[in-house]
Amino acid sequence: MLRYSLRRLATALPTLLAVITLSFFMMRIAPGGPFDQERALDPVIRANMEAAYHLDLPLWHQYLIYLGNLLRGDLGPSFTMPEFTVAELFAAGLPVSVQLGGWALVLALLIGGGLGIAAALRQNGWIDVAVVAVATAGSTIPTFVVAPVFQLVFGLSLMWLPVGGWQDGAARNMVGPVVCLMLPQLAVVARLMRGSMIEALRAHHIRTARAMGLSGWSVVGRHALRSAMLPVVSYAGPAAAALLTGSVVVETIFSVPGVGRYFVDAALNRDYTVVMGAVVVVAVFTIVFNLIVDLLYAIIDPRVRYA
Amino acid sequence: MHDHISAHSQSLWSKAWTRLKRNRAAMASLTYLVLMVLACSFGPMLAPNSYSELFQSYTRVPASLSAYPRAEQIGPAIEATAARARLDLTGWQLQGDTVVIEVSARRAIDPRAVQYFDRSDLFADTRLQATDDTHATLTAQIERHWFFFGTDATGRDLFARTLIAGRVSLAIGVLAGLVAAVIGVFYGAIAGFAGGRTDQIMMRVVDVLYSLPFIFFVIMLVVFFGRNFLLMFVAVGAVLWLDMARIVRGQTLSLRRQEFVEAAEALGVSPFAILTRHIIPNLLGPVIVFLTLLVPNVIILESFLSYLGFGVQEPMSSWGILIAQGARAMPSANWMLAFPALFLISTLFALNFLGDGLRDALDPKDH
Amino acid sequence: MSILQDPPLIEVRNLSVHFATPEGDTQAVRDVSFAVHAGETVAIVGESGSGKSQSMMAAMGLLPGNARVTGEIAFKGRNLLTLPRRALRELRGAELAMIFQEPMTSLDPLYRIGDQLIEPIRRHSRLSAHDARARALEMLGLVRLPEPERMMRSYPHELSGGQRQRVMIAMALTNDPALLIADEPTTALDVTIQAEILALMADLQKRLGMGMVFISHDLNMVRHIADRVCVMRAGEVVEHGPVAQIFEAPQHPYTRALIDADPKGHKPPAPTNAPVLLHARDVTVTFGTAPHQVQAVRGLSLDLRAGETVGIVGESGSGKSTFARALLRLNQSEGEIRFDGVPISTLTRAQMRPYRAQMQVVFQDPFGALSPRMTAGQIVTEGLLVHRPDLTRAARDAMAAQALTEVQLNPEFRNRYIHEFSGGQRQRIAIARALILKPRLLVLDEPTSALDRMVQAQVVDLLRDLQARHQLTYLFISHDLAVVRAMADRVMVMKSGELVEEGPCAQVLHAPRAAYTKRLIAAAFDTQAMAPA
Repeated sequence: MLRYSLRRLATALPTLLAVITLSFFMMRIAPGGPFDQERALDPVIRANMEAAYHLDLPLWHQYLIYLGNLLRGDLGPSFTMPEFTVAELFAAGLPVSVQLGGWALVLALLIGGGLGIAAALRQNGWIDVAVVAVATAGSTIPTFVVAPVFQLVFGLSLMWLPVGGWQDGAARNMVGPVVCLMLPQLAVVARLMRGSMIEALRAHHIRTARAMGLSGWSVVGRHALRSAMLPVVSYAGPAAAALLTGSVVVETIFSVPGVGRYFVDAALNRDYTVVMGAVVVVAVFTIVFNLIVDLLYAIIDPRVRYA
Repeated sequence: MHDHISAHSQSLWSKAWTRLKRNRAAMASLTYLVLMVLACSFGPMLAPNSYSELFQSYTRVPASLSAYPRAEQIGPAIEATAARARLDLTGWQLQGDTVVIEVSARRAIDPRAVQYFDRSDLFADTRLQATDDTHATLTAQIERHWFFFGTDATGRDLFARTLIAGRVSLAIGVLAGLVAAVIGVFYGAIAGFAGGRTDQIMMRVVDVLYSLPFIFFVIMLVVFFGRNFLLMFVAVGAVLWLDMARIVRGQTLSLRRQEFVEAAEALGVSPFAILTRHIIPNLLGPVIVFLTLLVPNVIILESFLSYLGFGVQEPMSSWGILIAQGARAMPSANWMLAFPALFLISTLFALNFLGDGLRDALDPKDH
Repeated sequence: MSILQDPPLIEVRNLSVHFATPEGDTQAVRDVSFAVHAGETVAIVGESGSGKSQSMMAAMGLLPGNARVTGEIAFKGRNLLTLPRRALRELRGAELAMIFQEPMTSLDPLYRIGDQLIEPIRRHSRLSAHDARARALEMLGLVRLPEPERMMRSYPHELSGGQRQRVMIAMALTNDPALLIADEPTTALDVTIQAEILALMADLQKRLGMGMVFISHDLNMVRHIADRVCVMRAGEVVEHGPVAQIFEAPQHPYTRALIDADPKGHKPPAPTNAPVLLHARDVTVTFGTAPHQVQAVRGLSLDLRAGETVGIVGESGSGKSTFARALLRLNQSEGEIRFDGVPISTLTRAQMRPYRAQMQVVFQDPFGALSPRMTAGQIVTEGLLVHRPDLTRAARDAMAAQALTEVQLNPEFRNRYIHEFSGGQRQRIAIARALILKPRLLVLDEPTSALDRMVQAQVVDLLRDLQARHQLTYLFISHDLAVVRAMADRVMVMKSGELVEEGPCAQVLHAPRAAYTKRLIAAAFDTQAMAPA
């Protein structure tokens, strides 16, 4: 088992390096620079600033410096918010995004999974039709429609919840963002679970279990669910990485200080270090969660361990 | 012995079509989509107003099936226009579609004052009949305008805009979907068919692209290519081909192990002919199913990018742009969100149901 | 005959099963009646699609949701068809047990064997976890699995097909059922394993004194295990009676045809001075890369003379198909291969192409070997596109009609897609595809294994007839000795990638030298010889 996970990790690290390299050069080759935005700078000041950030060095040299700093855990200073380092920005924003995304993920898996199982057990019954409708709605209605409607209904009309803001993570402030983050994921999980459960219930070994007179709970909960979980688990890995690293739309609409907005703002402002920081964070999350998925897979399915 | 079957039989395609026709949700969705495409293609030409015309008198008017102006709008409009023309209003009355306005002025009335009325979106064909130097009677036709979906903050007809936006969104959806499908099918089929080291390298490239933060990738593409309608969907297509490549590769790998492919090899059929005659036709089923699910994803992605401000330029529009504008106008002008969102969501729903129907029709597991 | 006086254990009366499909209602079982007494074995025999499994699935309540069942199945005085689901669940796995055809997939791959055995024990009895475990171990011993302790900790994928089927039997018998339903329990297994499982089941049935319903497609197989036989065809029972009566005085022509279904006759001998068409020396096939390398074929040699048929016999995993594919250059191999004197093992794909027309192949799976997107005509003429590019469309079409006639199919069928053909018809199309190129060598890789017994005999007759007419040379691969006996001049017996024995067909089959060959022959031709020691 340990050897298995080490092997998976060994293939993940080159991917991480490739992602960092690709992003670094794509970002740098793109037209524009961090100091283009403001009114024309005095050429001397500009040269000084570029020298301070090593922007005057050849690109490959900058790349090596960046990699070296990264290995020491130094993500560099922000270009557009010079009073902060990138690490400080993420240290402040990431816990917010992780909290929201974590709740959304857990709820999506529990509720979506439950709905999917219920639908599969009563295929073509009214529960099934309702779940399919909810799942379709969840995956087709964009978050940027759901979020303002949510604000309107629960914030402005009913006044049950605040329209936005964070207030150090008060539960009332988290409801809206979590619901809006959760709905599309819930839809996918419900669909996946329904499909794989229907498939699992058709397996020969399920017929064996029923022929042995096992109770419905044992057939469904012990035998079918375990194999039906596998596609959901493999979906949950990348989904977790995406959820925990924040969402531009939700964080903007609900005015939440997460890290999702950094992607768009920083990329548009050519804040190289912040963009690279975001890339590194997302890539690391992706790799870590894929690793977790692999391990879960091996725990659920003994055949994988020996493959 | 088995002569009861007819000499000609249905191909798998026509059997799938028969099965699809039995699926009522899928057929209703297909009909709806055809109507939506027709409406978005020809609707803007038939709509009462152009999508780009600004009606300054009608900013943010609610959706209505009856024509504007409303009776209660006429009075204030006459007052405002008369004031702009520096005329004193002494009285007005409505006679059918014609309004008769009595005005006076301290100085002589300039006949060009009619232009103030003609310039307004409410009146047309204004005539001036001077009774004396300082008094005059104006007769103007009330100009009727229909805004079925209301207007936006600059007074543009939302009905026409929703249809023209649908044209953009659907075009991007279909074209970017096709771009993604073509790249994905070729990449995946080649990787799966070549196998071995080539396959490993090609799939590792896909893994790396997968790990790139998606938004970052799209923003980079937009930065490189600028906000260009054509390049927009190339960018979107270039991002979404990864899933297609994975699916096609998996299918190709399993098809390659089928005995009919081995039989073709034993016949001496060339690799290219095996790919085109045996692999690709058998791939089409899953590809079509995935494509119907890819198109809504592209449309969502396009609307998301438009929402962030990377979409097509004004006065062109897309559903995502309209929704973004509607969301900002939310508490007061909710029709600005409702209609584009309704169009977008119903189209996505229909595409989803059609995709599900196609999957059941092309890959029947229940027998 | 005293048992016949007792009330029957299970009595099926006027059972009918319908399936509602989108294409309309189909009837799988029509008005079937039979009874099984305690301690008795009744065999239900029929070919695929005869409804033999559905009737017992109905008894177990395991039919899919679109099935509609009428009639009555009385088990110990209670009608199983009207029993509430709860009550039926109490019976299943306790009084009423079933084992299935698919040993590879019938066990849950995610749980250990021990857990899967203990679960139904505890479900139906008040045994403690410890006692249930002891019972599970006892059952593994009863089905004669080695190292029961280790078996308990194993996962299904670590077991062979035969071992898994033993686990299934142990699971089914664990609560001492009054009735065991066995649905083709040996069909998916190798011949030698088949004989062992059959002997085990016959033995356990006698020792435990339970009633047994044994479902099979092979009438001759049930001869030594059944007391009575029910012959089914197209959903109906055509004949029903004691086993001796069925075999000695079959009433229905269909029963007679089933008894007689083994391929008959022999191939006329080939001239011994004919030139060698295919020559292979020390052919070795290796799969995988360095640490996980597997040698599927180890240094095999072969001389195949024109007009001759060499049969390659072996069980699954013996490497016989891999060897044949290597000879056809469909997979990489080491060693020397000459076709008609030309060394072909080093030829490139393009250089190989002219020889492809002369050496053709027919595969086992009549469903996988034909592309589902092409018509029969397109499939048959595909080789002509490569080797006879000069032909017009009309000429190809005429040749397709001729080729289909040759394999005794209606040439009108050439515009049909293959999903409308039966297994036997598909295999004929595959043969036509190979023959249209006028090959000299035909490699037949288990061409009859997936077919019903009666269809097998027809295909064997067809192949022999074609060989005589076109002076073909056959390399015939099969695990089925009865078919090989009817087809081959010489036989090679393979096991684990190596040659076990080789010689003229009659000599190997009647006076085998190797112990493995002896076991194989005993299993294939006389199931009783394998009765438990």
